[in-house]
Amino acid sequence: MTIVDPTAENIVADPNVVNITINDKPVLARKGELIIAAADRTDDFIPRFCYHPRMSSVGMCRQCLVEVETPRGPMMVVSCMTPVAEGQIVRTATETVKKAQEGVLELLLANHPLDCPVCDKGGECPLQDQAFSHGPGESRFVEEKRHYEKPIAISEIVYLDRERCILCDRCTRFADEVAGDPLISFTSRGNDTQVMTFPEEPFSSYFSGNTVQICPVGALTAKPYRFKARPWDIEQTESTCTSCSVGCRVVVQSSRDELVRFQGVDIDPVNWGWLCDRGRYNFESVNSTERLIAPLIKTDSGLATTSWSVALESAARIIRTALNSGTDSVAILGGARGTNEDAFAWASLVDQLGITQRDSQLGDGLTPEIFNLAQATIDETCAASTIILLSPDLKEELPVLYLRVRDAAQKRKSRILEFSPRDSGLTPYAWRSVSFEPGRQAQVVRETLGSQEMQEQIRRGEVVVVLGRSNLAENEAFTLHALGEILHAIPNAKILPVLRRGNVRGAVAVGLTPQKNSGDAIDILTKAAAGKIECLILLGADPLADVADSDLVARAFNRTRSVISIDTFINSSNRNADVVLPAAAFTEKAGTTTNLEGRISNVTQQITPRGTSRPDWMIATELGLSLGIDLGVSSLDELHQKMTSSIAAFSSCANNPVINSDGVLMENEASATISRASVVLVDRNSYSYRLIVSRTMYDNAQSTTTSPSLVGIITKSAIYVNPLDLARIGVVEGTNIRVGIDDKSIVLPVNAHSGVHRGTAWLPYNHTSVDIRPLLDITSDVVDVRIEQLR
Amino acid sequence: MSRLSDKNLVIAKEIIARYPRQKSALIPLLHLAQEQTGYISREAMVHLGELVGVTSAEVYGTATFYEMFRFEPIGKYLVNICGTMSCALMGAHELMHHAEKRLGVKAGGTTQDGMFTLAHAECQAACTEAPCLQVNYRYRLRVSTTDLDKLIDDLEAGKLSEEIPAHGVLAKVRQHIAPDRVVGAVSPELVNQAPAWLNGKAAL
Repeated sequence: MTIVDPTAENIVADPNVVNITINDKPVLARKGELIIAAADRTDDFIPRFCYHPRMSSVGMCRQCLVEVETPRGPMMVVSCMTPVAEGQIVRTATETVKKAQEGVLELLLANHPLDCPVCDKGGECPLQDQAFSHGPGESRFVEEKRHYEKPIAISEIVYLDRERCILCDRCTRFADEVAGDPLISFTSRGNDTQVMTFPEEPFSSYFSGNTVQICPVGALTAKPYRFKARPWDIEQTESTCTSCSVGCRVVVQSSRDELVRFQGVDIDPVNWGWLCDRGRYNFESVNSTERLIAPLIKTDSGLATTSWSVALESAARIIRTALNSGTDSVAILGGARGTNEDAFAWASLVDQLGITQRDSQLGDGLTPEIFNLAQATIDETCAASTIILLSPDLKEELPVLYLRVRDAAQKRKSRILEFSPRDSGLTPYAWRSVSFEPGRQAQVVRETLGSQEMQEQIRRGEVVVVLGRSNLAENEAFTLHALGEILHAIPNAKILPVLRRGNVRGAVAVGLTPQKNSGDAIDILTKAAAGKIECLILLGADPLADVADSDLVARAFNRTRSVISIDTFINSSNRNADVVLPAAAFTEKAGTTTNLEGRISNVTQQITPRGTSRPDWMIATELGLSLGIDLGVSSLDELHQKMTSSIAAFSSCANNPVINSDGVLMENEASATISRASVVLVDRNSYSYRLIVSRTMYDNAQSTTTSPSLVGIITKSAIYVNPLDLARIGVVEGTNIRVGIDDKSIVLPVNAHSGVHRGTAWLPYNHTSVDIRPLLDITSDVVDVRIEQLR
Repeated sequence: MSRLSDKNLVIAKEIIARYPRQKSALIPLLHLAQEQTGYISREAMVHLGELVGVTSAEVYGTATFYEMFRFEPIGKYLVNICGTMSCALMGAHELMHHAEKRLGVKAGGTTQDGMFTLAHAECQAACTEAPCLQVNYRYRLRVSTTDLDKLIDDLEAGKLSEEIPAHGVLAKVRQHIAPDRVVGAVSPELVNQAPAWLNGKAAL
């Protein structure tokens, strides 16, 4: 949105600019802009409840009435439905307007319970605030108010209090227009109208928290915040969410040094004010009582609490001993969950120690080379005429990017060309969705792009490829081959890389990524399984739970002599570690982070780190000292300076210690080329099913399992096949079946899913109750399984 | 159980094909569902949502806007006795009392055999013929208590089944649109020409 400076005196004659007058002051506005939006750039506030700048106007609440001069005299109009026009004269505070606004407010309050003292919204409530600023001050309504059951849970997270609702249509509009999950709707009519879900069907949207944030009254409240704090007890700071790599701006709110709520911040280049429910509510894990609060060290009777000095000395001794057998006997995994500064400090430390075996991904992403292709930002992607999706299901893995791409396809002129092994959240909005059997994507891409229709579409304008890993049960090379085909057909296509871990791009930029002549995480684990790694450093990584090949990682951990873990929780990988150092979590430390498009923005500290936990960068410098290495930094500012001066990618934020909300884009050079490699076709036996393994929003991630509000909605393990295949297997939905490959098998329920194509089976990763990883073997290109009835 | 029957599914698909946007067919389909079971069940709403590509919540939101759609089992005959001014002056209250006594249910209730649902109604626009009532929205005018008794007798005996079908049936003659007048499931944005029935070429 271009915002015209209303005070600018010499504006170039622009056909898209119109001059209007608001309360006798001249205002410049864009053609087609609404009066209320233009007035928002002046000091004259027009009261409103239903209007939201990121959604279409509906004129539901009638609160924004203003007077517009017409040839027949002043006329009352709804300013959220009336566009500006040249020479328009608007008055927002005449006696008539005041009377109208007071009248509307009195009517809205007639049915409102006025239970402000016990309402969570009290103190930050648009209805309360505007009743004071624009209301009549008293009510003539003496009758009994209407009563409804208070409140009813419409999902695991969201509660609805119908008495308080003023029917502004914000939540229902959001669910329909923005999220594409119209699971709530106005029901009944007239005085009985209420917002409701379908009977006994929950409002199970991944974006339900946004409806709570935009509710202008206390009708929608969210479980994690209900009765936790009052707005005047809250302290807050603006930060960037690092749950995934989209990098949404958030306001982090705490009360008495405990996190109580996250709210989305509207910034143009990224999240437009929206958040996904995982990012909004998994702050509960920071408050978790299971957090590590002191260093732990291995003793005969398991892990025991110790002091930082003992733990650091012990870690240093382990590393020194291991380094005696050569720098190749130490490896570091992780680093994508912290700040850029954290990753940089660790990268500097391992640089000085000569450790080259590093990876911040765990074999589930793509080569960092993709960051060196011509890059597109999220905005550029959403403005492209063709968006090619060669990516995981964005709705599941990068939810707010899904909102942006969906918006581009629905309301702008972008067309989505999707290549996906199964139907994704964006399939309904795709111009063309082409499915492929895992392993055959390059061939399918080549055949598709060759058609006349596609050639014409490609010539219409910019093409951006959203590139990521759609399947954990196939060789990453298949995705790169398919990308090679796209770039061969469209050499000037730009890339939006979508690797999911919070700060993977920052970690790669500072060098926590495979170095020359050393392999990636899988290679490191393979070496460890062969007994070649003496010490494994886990920087916020949990390979035993995260790496797809559970057999490989178990063997690797068996043969590795020592494990040093820096983490916020005890997890499967550090349960038997030699030293566990407690790390400060997100919101407990400051710094910068990098999102998937390379946007550097700041993360801020809002609460004190739990116990004696410390930021990763501080642990790196301390550990360095114990090893006789001085990283030469004693504060975050110094570290930031050092990082921006020594890493070219960060030079854009060199003299900018306080980065604004929008952040700054990383310096980027398009140097890599992806060649069109020959494609190895793998044939599937017609009795077997080719596996698609991918993540969904609520899985057994540590931050989800330790968030009480989210743990209940983690999905139970199941395998999904096409309805026709279900008939072929000969069972009904929900039956336990055996899924096997060679001599390994697991038993879990099977469900029909029309978005899964025949001959393939979708197995969501890391769900509750059954570990699916025994089926996965990292060395095979694709995984074909048998599905059999239990006997 | 009360999703659309196979027979009604064929009709539903024909109805959907009449509209440029599938979801425009929702209200006729809701009538079809109500015709099948006398009321609109939860399963029927789920089914209609699947048929026209909207969520169940949207079907529910649309359906609950209209008073004539019922969401709980209802008698085969819905007897709406008008109670507004003209009818009230001409004896509607007595008529209602009589009906309550005769059927053994209060206004709003359904008889145990599921034959009759008795209800108050607001003005049915037949004030010159007061007191009036409707059975499944079919008028009975200037109704006396004797007329009411006879009406109920006849309905119970099945003598009026030709004239008054079960609740939910809008008409005995189903609308049929000739193929050359069908707009078809084409979005209006994609149609450049005027529809056939506007250019005078279609047989009327």
